[in-house]
Amino acid sequence: MSEATAPKAVEGPLNFLDERLGSTGFFNRNLKKVFPDHWSFMLGEIALYSFIILLLTGTFLTLWFKPSMLEVVYDGSYTKLNGVKMSEAYASTLHISFDVRGGLLMRQIHHWAAILFMSSILAHMLRVFFTGAYRKPRELNYLIGIGMFVLGMLEGLFGYSLPDDLLSGTGLRITQGVAEAIPIVGTYVYMFLFGGEFPGQDIVPRLFTLHVLLIPALILGLVTAHMMIMWHQKHTAMPVKHQTEEQVYGYPFYPVFMAKTGAYFLFTFGVLALLATFAQINPIWLFGPYDPGAISAGSQPDWYMGVLEGALRIMPNWEITAWGHTLSLNVLIPALVPLGIIFTGAAVWPFVEAWVTGDKRAHHVNQRPRNAPVRTAVGIAAVTFYGLLWLAGANDVLADKFHVSLYATTWFFRVTFFVGPVIAYIITKRVCLGLQRKDAEIVAHGMESGTVLMSPDGEFSERHDPLRDERRAVLLSKENSRPEPPATDANGIPAPNSKGPLGHLRSRLNRAWTFDDIPVEEHEHDHGHEVESGREPEQLNH
Amino acid sequence: MKRFTAWRRRPWAGYAVVLAALAAIGVIYAGFSPRTDRAEAANATQAAADLKNGQQLFEKNCASCHGLNAEGTKDAKGHPIAPSLLGVGAAAVDFQVATGRMPAMNPGAQVPRKRPIAAFDTTIRTDYEDEAKRKAAEAQKAQAEKNLADLREYIAQLGGGPSVPAASAVDPTKGDVALGGKLFRTNCAQCHNFTGQGGALTGGKYAPPLATKDVTPTQIYEAMLTGPQAMPVFNDTTLTPQDKQAIISYLVQTREEPNPGGNGLGRIGPVSEGLAGWLVGLGLLVLAAAWITAKKPKKLKKS
Repeated sequence: MSEATAPKAVEGPLNFLDERLGSTGFFNRNLKKVFPDHWSFMLGEIALYSFIILLLTGTFLTLWFKPSMLEVVYDGSYTKLNGVKMSEAYASTLHISFDVRGGLLMRQIHHWAAILFMSSILAHMLRVFFTGAYRKPRELNYLIGIGMFVLGMLEGLFGYSLPDDLLSGTGLRITQGVAEAIPIVGTYVYMFLFGGEFPGQDIVPRLFTLHVLLIPALILGLVTAHMMIMWHQKHTAMPVKHQTEEQVYGYPFYPVFMAKTGAYFLFTFGVLALLATFAQINPIWLFGPYDPGAISAGSQPDWYMGVLEGALRIMPNWEITAWGHTLSLNVLIPALVPLGIIFTGAAVWPFVEAWVTGDKRAHHVNQRPRNAPVRTAVGIAAVTFYGLLWLAGANDVLADKFHVSLYATTWFFRVTFFVGPVIAYIITKRVCLGLQRKDAEIVAHGMESGTVLMSPDGEFSERHDPLRDERRAVLLSKENSRPEPPATDANGIPAPNSKGPLGHLRSRLNRAWTFDDIPVEEHEHDHGHEVESGREPEQLNH
Repeated sequence: MKRFTAWRRRPWAGYAVVLAALAAIGVIYAGFSPRTDRAEAANATQAAADLKNGQQLFEKNCASCHGLNAEGTKDAKGHPIAPSLLGVGAAAVDFQVATGRMPAMNPGAQVPRKRPIAAFDTTIRTDYEDEAKRKAAEAQKAQAEKNLADLREYIAQLGGGPSVPAASAVDPTKGDVALGGKLFRTNCAQCHNFTGQGGALTGGKYAPPLATKDVTPTQIYEAMLTGPQAMPVFNDTTLTPQDKQAIISYLVQTREEPNPGGNGLGRIGPVSEGLAGWLVGLGLLVLAAAWITAKKPKKLKKS
């Protein structure tokens, strides 16, 4: 809590609310809540603000969009499609784009906001992962975040399928194929989803209801929970000077953080408006209405589905036919396995990490990625895994634009799918350890000053300056790993948690986590005298 | 005058006028028309000279791969190096040579489009300020057009085949655009992309982009008619001349149409959109975040 008080004009209404709602100073107290400052803490806010803009622009679009598969003959401003038979959904999207004032701009803001919503969530999740912000007590909020990303993928897929254009229709066709590939219940799932043979009359109205009602409501609920839990648990902070596990160092909500986050909403809105004005997105009039008999080169989904597309593209054509039934591994594996690995892995990671390290403490200060080399390396391996599949989803565009053979790209991704993450793990871990070594050296010997001295006997040496306090606090935030207690004590009694095959696995993983850790610590006898004293401490917001 | 008025009313007067008019037309025509017998003789000499020119051009530029009699060649193992040109028709010659694909430079998965060789380059610029330079360029262009026509004629007379379409058949303003779009999406888009941006094919081949100005309506028509390289043939029963014209209209009008939503991002769909979203959208916002979190309030009131 900051000690700063708000002016009367703010405090008055809050007191009014507190007195009426019996919230006993909740609003007044929380006005002073302190938030730590770091650019990467704003990534999640991009998602929040994009979501608000999605709700507003989406509402605008529903005023004209007709979620109907009824066949109509187009007659409107886009004369190149005049006389073409199409669904009402497609015709009304053309109407929004060409005949509703501001309609195209709204469509484009909505679509760009969707792109940015998903990309900022992913960037935010990477920040949370690499800084260890998911550790106790924030595991649940982390799981909520993963849930929102998955819901966002579905929301996006359903949303861009609504206009019933040739590109999104191709995506629905793949959706149908994936539904059918599920063993035993596949055809039932498909018929239930589409209400008959593909594409049928029902799919667009059904997706519309899910897209505008159910999933946004779920995401809104989860966003609320996410924010309230964050507010209650307090935001994690970067390991900077004055920041401790007990106290947040930063600026109070009122007036500093409020102004910053308010301005950031305007920034987000501004960037989206700029993109929507100057960059065309999803030009459905160029794609044409959906026709099951037609398809285009370069048919890709929006970026967040690209990883599934890539998995499907590089999968060999494996099928098992037995007793008159076909198991389409060529569709089932790419649909389930890669994202299954990513999401399941991400969801269980906090618990696995706590189990391996035996660290059951609550953490409020983030770790620097280099100080948890195994985690960082696993993260980069996952990024490589995801990124390669993502690129593979665009393999025909890559082949076309960079003039390489399409088959060569397929084989490249098939090989690097397995090899890439391993190489990424090894390289990242070595880089992290190298950085740790560097940190240890700087803490032990001080900064290189660039001043070279010559001793009377002609020896050259460089003077090392003591570190600034801020820098030292960051470097010394590393928690050096403690050696694991021996598996058996002096009396031959095995330590708890080390019994059985699971216990052995645990202690082995624990050793892998810690064995090459490089301690970063100060040597008092070296540096005690060099540290400046008597300096005014920076203002501390208590 | 009185007599003339009286004659005019005789029953035979009308026939007399018609006869007189016919006679006058006949005399005038005979006076103006060229001496057809002499012209025919001159044309025959000219045609023979053109054919000779076509043959010489063929022998100089094409025969090394296609054979002296355009019969095609094979390597030692019997794999074809170059196909026979008997029956490919003037349309195929026009397409391959005018797009610069033939004469080919390197054997590869696919022969790329390039600038035609000088003898056939009809796209050279002639808008020079300097009169002598302009004249020379115009003469060179006329010669290139003649060379191309002679070569077409030479190959066509070897074995027939489809001829170059008339200008009216490829006029992009005359076709049914809506029909063209439908046909394009059904028959062409799976390789050439929705808007003709091109795409990758198997084995290192590719469908070339159709969205640039240098792909002329005539070339599009000829490509459909003759099916060059990896492209299938769309003959006049698969796609009627009207259908072909509709497709040409769709392609040309689509590539000339401005993007109402801003920059088209290459018109290739979600790949470039995703790239722009990540790089521009998220990039700008990260910069904004760095700027806004670096701002320190000047003074914070302390209680």
